Formats: sequence, C-alpha cells, structure tokens
Amino acid sequence: MTLLAEQVLNGLQFGVMLFLLAAGLTLVFGIMGLINLAHASLYMIGAFAAAWVQGRTGSFVLALLAGLAAAAATGVAIEVAVLRRLYARDHMDQVLATFGMILFFNEAMAMLFGRQPLMAAVPGWLGGSVEFIPGVPYPVYRLAIIVVGMAVAALLYGLIGHTRVGMLIRAGATHREMVRALGVDIGLLSTGIFGLGAALAGLAGAMTGPLLSVQVGMGDRILITTFVVIVVGGIGSVRGALAGALLVGMVDTLTRAFLPGLLKSVMVATEADAIGAGLSSMAVFILMAVVLLVRPRGLFPAHG
Amino acid sequence: MVRRYLAALVAIALACLVPAVAAALGKPDLITLGTQIAIYAIAAAGLDLLIGYTGLSSFGHAAFFGLGGYTVGIMAFHAAGEKMFGVIPGLTEAWLVWPLAIAVSALAALAIGALSLRTTGVSFIMITLAFAEMFFFLFVSLKTYGGDDGLGFRRRNGIPGISPRDDVAFYYVCLTALVLVLALLHRVVHSRFGRVLQGMRQNPRRMEAIGLATYRYKLTAFTIAGGVAGLAGALHANLLRFVSPDMLHWTMSGDFMIMVVLGGAGTLIGPVIGAAAMVLLQSWLAQWTEHWMIVMGPILVFVVLFARRGILGLFR
Repeated sequence: MTLLAEQVLNGLQFGVMLFLLAAGLTLVFGIMGLINLAHASLYMIGAFAAAWVQGRTGSFVLALLAGLAAAAATGVAIEVAVLRRLYARDHMDQVLATFGMILFFNEAMAMLFGRQPLMAAVPGWLGGSVEFIPGVPYPVYRLAIIVVGMAVAALLYGLIGHTRVGMLIRAGATHREMVRALGVDIGLLSTGIFGLGAALAGLAGAMTGPLLSVQVGMGDRILITTFVVIVVGGIGSVRGALAGALLVGMVDTLTRAFLPGLLKSVMVATEADAIGAGLSSMAVFILMAVVLLVRPRGLFPAHG
Repeated sequence: MVRRYLAALVAIALACLVPAVAAALGKPDLITLGTQIAIYAIAAAGLDLLIGYTGLSSFGHAAFFGLGGYTVGIMAFHAAGEKMFGVIPGLTEAWLVWPLAIAVSALAALAIGALSLRTTGVSFIMITLAFAEMFFFLFVSLKTYGGDDGLGFRRRNGIPGISPRDDVAFYYVCLTALVLVLALLHRVVHSRFGRVLQGMRQNPRRMEAIGLATYRYKLTAFTIAGGVAGLAGALHANLLRFVSPDMLHWTMSGDFMIMVVLGGAGTLIGPVIGAAAMVLLQSWLAQWTEHWMIVMGPILVFVVLFARRGILGLFR
C-alpha cells in the first residue's frame, strides 16, 4: 500500500513534467501549425544552463531562472531566425529542419560541456521528505515539482481562457488569417507563444537536473514520450495535454514499478525481470495504440 | 524515355567500376562506403514510395530496417547455438534468411500501418516515430540478444558460389539488390496502383470521392516500403556482421528521411543521390572534425529552407 501511494506520486510527478513539455509543443502546433522537434533541445538547454549556474553560484532559484531564460531566449532566437519561415510549409520540412537543429544543439552542448553528465544537487531547503500521507514519507523536492506543474497548468488555464492574450491565442488557433486581418500582429503573437512554450520546456529541464543526470541528448527520449502524450490527449489541446501527460506518466511509472513483480508470480524470476522491463518500456506505446483504436483523434480533440 | 534508360545504364556501369577505382587508388574503404550507400539507398527508395509518391511522412522507418537486421542476427545466433524456444532452428543461408527478414519487416509494417494510417498529418509523423521507439526499447530489453550492446555473428549469410569474406562480391550483391528494388519500385509507381498513390498525395478527398478505398492503398504502400527496408536492414547486418538497437534509433529514421528529401522526393533516383550525398558528406566531415554534426545540422536547415526540391532540383 505504501509502495503504491509512493509510485502514484512518482507517476504524478513524471506526468507533470511531461505536461510542461507537452503544453508548449501543443500550443505551438495548435496556433502556428508547426511540429517542433527542437523542443527537446530547449529542454536540454534549460537543464544545462540551470546545472551550470547552480554549480557556479550554488543558488537553486538563480539556476531555475537561468534555465527558463536560456531556453526562452534560444526559443525566440530560432523562431525569428528559422522557424517562422516554416509555418506555412509541409510538416515534413518542419520535421527535417528542426531535426537538423537537434543535431546542432546536441553537438554544441557536447562541445561546451563535454559528454560527461553534469550532476545538480537538490537544494537544501527542498531536501528531506515529508509524511503528508501518514506512513508514506515522500521527497519534498518531488512534491515541489508536482506543485509547480499544477500551478503552471492553472496559470495556463487562466491565461488562455480568461485574458485578452488568451482570446487571441484561441482565435489564432482557429482562424489565423482572420486574426491578422483584424489588425493583430500575429508575428509578434507567434513569437510570444513560442517563447512561452520554450520557457516551460526550460523550466522542466531545470527542475529535472537534480533528479536525473544532465547530458547531451537528454531531451530526445522524453520528446518522443511527449509526442505520445500529445497524440493520446489530442493534438493542439492544452486540456488534452494535461490529461494525456498525467495518464502517460502514471501508466509508465506504475508498469515499471509493478509489472516485473506481477509477472514473477506467474513465471521464473529472471525471465519475469527481462520481459517485465521490456513490456513496461513499451506500455505507453501500447496505451497510445489502444487510444488510437478507440478515438483516433485523441481523448480531447482540439476543434470539433 | 530512351535517354532515361541510357542514363540508368550508365549509372549502373559507373557503380560497377567502384571496386576497380578503389583498387587503383589503393583505398579499399571506398568499397565499404559504396556498399553502405547502396544499402541506405534501398531503404530510402522504399521510404520515398511513402514520402514522395503517396505523401505519407513516415518517421519510423528505422523500425523496419532494424527488424530486418535483427532477423539476420537472431537467425545467425540460433544457428550457432541452441534453437529458438527450443524448437525453431537458426538459419544462415541468404536465400532463406533475407526473404524471412523482408517478411518480418513487411508484417510489422502491416501492423503499425494499420494503426497509424487511421490518422493523418502530424499525428501520423508522431505515431510512426513512437511505434519505432517501441521496437527500439523492445530490442534494448532483449538481453538474450545482447540488449544495449547488440549482437555480433561470425559469418555473412551464405550465397552459393560467393565467398562470405569477399567484400567486393558483397558490394556487387548489394548493388544488384538496389537495382532490383529500383526496378520493382519503377514498376510499382508506373502501375495503376502507383497512380492511385500519387493521386492520394495530390488530392486524397477526390480519390475517395471516385470510390477508391484509400486506406487499403496506403496500407499496401506502407507494407511494401517496410519490406524493402527489411531487405536493406538484412544487408546492413551482413555488411557489419553486427546488429544493435542503434539500427532502430529514431535518428536513423531521421537520416532516411533526410536522404529522401536531400536527393529529391518523388523520384526514384533522388533517394539514391541523397543516400550517396549523406554517406559521403558524413565521412568527409568526420575526418575533418569529430563534431561533424554541428555542420550537418545547419546544412540540413539550409537545404529545407532554400533547396526545397533537393539535389535533383538544382539540375532542373
């Protein structure tokens, strides 16, 4: 029971992380029609910037800010320099160009920081664990991530649903040309949204530092899981991204934690470990296949 | 038309000269490069049937490439050791293993395609990518077959009359396979079936309105492309006598896409040119700096932005 509660929280924490990545990706796709693989690089840049600043200054708050700022600045730069030329293009072209950017940024980080993983420490004031469910001590740092992620979700909900900028975002998603015709600077809006998405990716990267090692290519794998999130949730929908992220995070964490154990009750231990590990790393993709069979457009399709 | 056939014959004749040139220059690694190009060209040509002709941007082609390779590797593994599940014997003969590799990959393509083709556009890109990643993790976790480290085997698959150690002969085998695949794809794209594929790229709604079951056509094309990639994977496994999850890595899928677009999508010779350009560029940049990707990335962005029709487009 204790273990289950702990793993559910872990799943929640992973889900929140996925949401931070998926939100930016899905917003950019919903409004600009751009599929951006380089989102993985923004996440990585955020993580590197944060780990580096934390190593230099020892301050976690500064590190978070640095991660956010580095990712947002890089995001705005690549939007202005390259990506805005791709909005009207084929998705194939977008994939190829942003794939090229991943190659560039991965190599650039390897040249700057080397291939050895950087380690970041959990800040002292977020260390230790609390027992907010009786009998289940849980690391404060992971709880903090869950809280931050939920706060971001709430902020995004407020921003998109209840502000003037949000209205433009929603309008831009349905009728980009009409919004332009009404005199809105859609270029500026696009850059702004891209910067916001990049900042969220950077935040996710910066917060990941103390949990996982910061290394070249760290964004690539989680990017693909984020794609699963978006497909499951419904492309272009922030609500779908939240639901998909929590679902995928939960399924991934729980199968990894419990599947090998469950298999052990029906087969030999060594085989159960091998098959369990294989199956649990495939679990989210199987989830995606099932969702596709039942609802090809995802759980919360964006339009219509 | 006649000029095209002549050009094709000249190209094949030139390709046949590669081993002689390599010997004359005293650079035997040119033969390996040539073999590599032929193998990648096979996979890219199959992918072009999807990207260039049918308009399906599949981002998971490495899965079928890797499955073909692993079929060779696993069969060799069981031929050298115990039988698979205690009953299925291993195989080492090319005329048995390669068709098996093609069949395995085509079957996987049929299954993945059946699911992925329920969606279009960006979802299709993401889903094919995700399914390929699923196979990547499958092979990483199969510790029996080496897991992360991959699986080596001692000898190339046997072909009667050809020594498995002869690299030049193997180059000609791969070149023959490439020519056969291109001839097959030539037949396919110029058949009624091929015209339907191109019609679906240009106007899917109209094709449906005329009463064609577009889903089945797309699935057939996807399965053919998967089988072709399986053949390429089998050859690649034979070239290195080694298979690893790297063959299924998502960057491999990206590389195949690049070859198609770099050369010129929607033509049969384009992917071959793209594969050659990619392999040569990589090996050239790699001897220049170990950080060759920092040059490769921007080149790619540049090609997408300014040379939209690939290398072939420059000559038109």
